[in-house]
Amino acid sequence: MSQLSLAVELAGLGLRNPTMNAAGVLGMSSYQLKRLYESGAGAVVTKSLGRQPRNGHPNPTIVFVEGGVINSMGLPNPSAEYFRDEIKRLKAENIPVVASFFAASIEDFTYLASILTDAGADALEINCSCPNVGREKCMLEADRESLEKVTKAVREASSLPVFVKLTPNVANIVEGAKIAEENGADGITAVNTLKALAVDIDLRKPILSNIIGGLSGPALKPVALRCVWELFENIEIPIIGCGGVSYWRDAVEFLLCGASAIQIGTALMDHGVELFKEVNEGIRRYLEENGFRGVKDIVGLAHET
Amino acid sequence: MRREVHRVVKVEEVKQEAKDVFTLYFKDNFCSSASPGQFIMVWIPGVDEIPMSLSTINQKGVSSITVRSVGEATRILCETKVGEKIGVRGPFGNGFTLKGSKPVLVGGGTGVPALYPLASKMLISGIKPSFILGARNAEQLLFKDRLQEILDDLIISTDDGSLGFKGYASECLGRLILEKKCDSIYTCGPEQMIVSIFKEAERRNIFVQASLERYVKCAVGLCGSCGIGPFRVCKDGPVFDSISLRAVMNELGFKKMDPSGRLIPVEK
Ligand SMILES: Cc1cc2nc3c(=O)[nH]c(=O)nc-3n(C[C@H](O)[C@H](O)[C@H](O)COP(=O)(O)OP(=O)(O)OC[C@H]3O[C@@H](n4cnc5c(N)ncnc54)[C@H](O)[C@@H]3O)c2cc1C
Ligand SMILES: Cc1cc2nc3c(=O)[nH]c(=O)nc-3n(C[C@H](O)[C@H](O)[C@H](O)COP(=O)(O)O)c2cc1C
Ligand code: FES
Repeated sequence: MSQLSLAVELAGLGLRNPTMNAAGVLGMSSYQLKRLYESGAGAVVTKSLGRQPRNGHPNPTIVFVEGGVINSMGLPNPSAEYFRDEIKRLKAENIPVVASFFAASIEDFTYLASILTDAGADALEINCSCPNVGREKCMLEADRESLEKVTKAVREASSLPVFVKLTPNVANIVEGAKIAEENGADGITAVNTLKALAVDIDLRKPILSNIIGGLSGPALKPVALRCVWELFENIEIPIIGCGGVSYWRDAVEFLLCGASAIQIGTALMDHGVELFKEVNEGIRRYLEENGFRGVKDIVGLAHET
Repeated sequence: MRREVHRVVKVEEVKQEAKDVFTLYFKDNFCSSASPGQFIMVWIPGVDEIPMSLSTINQKGVSSITVRSVGEATRILCETKVGEKIGVRGPFGNGFTLKGSKPVLVGGGTGVPALYPLASKMLISGIKPSFILGARNAEQLLFKDRLQEILDDLIISTDDGSLGFKGYASECLGRLILEKKCDSIYTCGPEQMIVSIFKEAERRNIFVQASLERYVKCAVGLCGSCGIGPFRVCKDGPVFDSISLRAVMNELGFKKMDPSGRLIPVEK
């Protein structure tokens, strides 16, 4: 008997399975991304790339807390221009690449979208939701007007599928998603990290140099699931679930709530890059044991009454 | 609690090793059970958090780091007084694996202290290692007395010949291999030294484990800033064996990621 296929179609992209790494996790070079693909990811997502190289915030940039980590990397990246060759290297090996990027102006968003498209990326992911840089560095989420302008500009600059990655740090995540959808986004990635802080009682100081960072890992999962659920009820475009996926069961939960694909970040710390295989095997077993024919069959299934 | 969580420890003792090198001793349960070759992240509030190899592991409950002052964070660490506090998390990384019955350890500069716990562990396991202790000159030799105390076979090598063998540690190694027929090499020190040692070892078909340095931020294998080829120094390393070293020869000694992820030249 042949194995059940985990292949999915995501906004026109054909992927061998529904898993990817989360942006910013092991996406600093084509070498790292290739390793993730070889470990079983269906597609790979680059570090969020900007117009200029950035060193990010000084250390400490990560702190371990119960249920996950808080990071304030501050979007270190070698610049989109520099990364073009890395993308080309991945494409030379037929690895599906989602290019994540951020900018401070509409002009830069347009420029970056076009050079990443030319470099051969398969899809674009707009990071307009990083909690780690001030407004001047990155157009922030909650701002409806910039979300509209950014999505529109990127849509016009590129023919690739465009995913908009949203933050959970808003009262109503549906609002932003609708704006993105209306302005031509092909999918929504939900979610980025939750704003958080850690303080040391001996030195009586916040631990992160940036004071505030973003919480990811298991503690984020229920929030991310709630976001995916609400999005599925309110938008038509596919959703990529992200936040705390650590075991195959978590991935299935996201699919049931309405995600068409999932991204994995923090869990790679404890489970290693082998996690992609384990998650995919788990999804496959779940589908087989429950008589489903493919991933698509369970997307949003928990919504059916 | 997990070893990844930040703790604050009190500095119990400070020992000056050379003009610009100091060892800070402290007590920490996680560090006490570290493997030789592992490193910790040391937090200096308001300044930085930087990777440091453990230079003592659990001697009467005490561990240490040995710091060379090269910039702001290391300078402040070197000025730390007994009783002051530093933040630590870890230990991180893989550490050395004991292999071979006639090992030689080659340490250069602040790479020497990182090999000290390894030498101790070998002795406990009944293996008697040879040790090449290298430095620019006699004043810069680190851990000489401590190593002499535990080892029968300590060879000193200085670039300027102010003590022991005159020349690079890698040249000294070439001779030693012929004399002693050693079957494995463990090394930590400046990158160009490691490259020379690895080449020497490859010529003679001897297995190497080398501890490498790259820019460490998260230390838990997530951010990718410590990348060398497909590997992460913080998680897959910092100790790499011959097989992995062969896989990164296009970067080792030539290129390293800067904090933005660009590849820049390695110091010659
Ligand atoms: C696994 C590992 C173990 C190490 N063990 C020791 C040790 O036992 N003793 C010792 O003296 N030094 C050790 N180092 C080197 C030490 O981390 C750097 O010298 C230190 O970070 C310099 O900080 P600074 O602020 O004083 O200098 P800066 O002026 O900030 O930098 C000076 C140099 O140190 C490098 N550096 C700065 N920050 C980092 C960082 N976060 N990660 C890696 N390199 C950095 C810079 O690239 C630069 O080349 C180790 C490095 C690594 C990666
Ligand atoms: C070290 C680290 C770096 C990150 N960098 C980025 C980034 O560059 N761009 C981005 O959109 N999200 C970034 N994120 C957020 C992740 O992509 C993801 O949204 C979040 O971590 C939740 O998923 P997880 O719980 O599986 O980690 C980063 C997260 C971590 C832990
Ligand atoms: S420092 Fe090694 S992956 Fe972050």
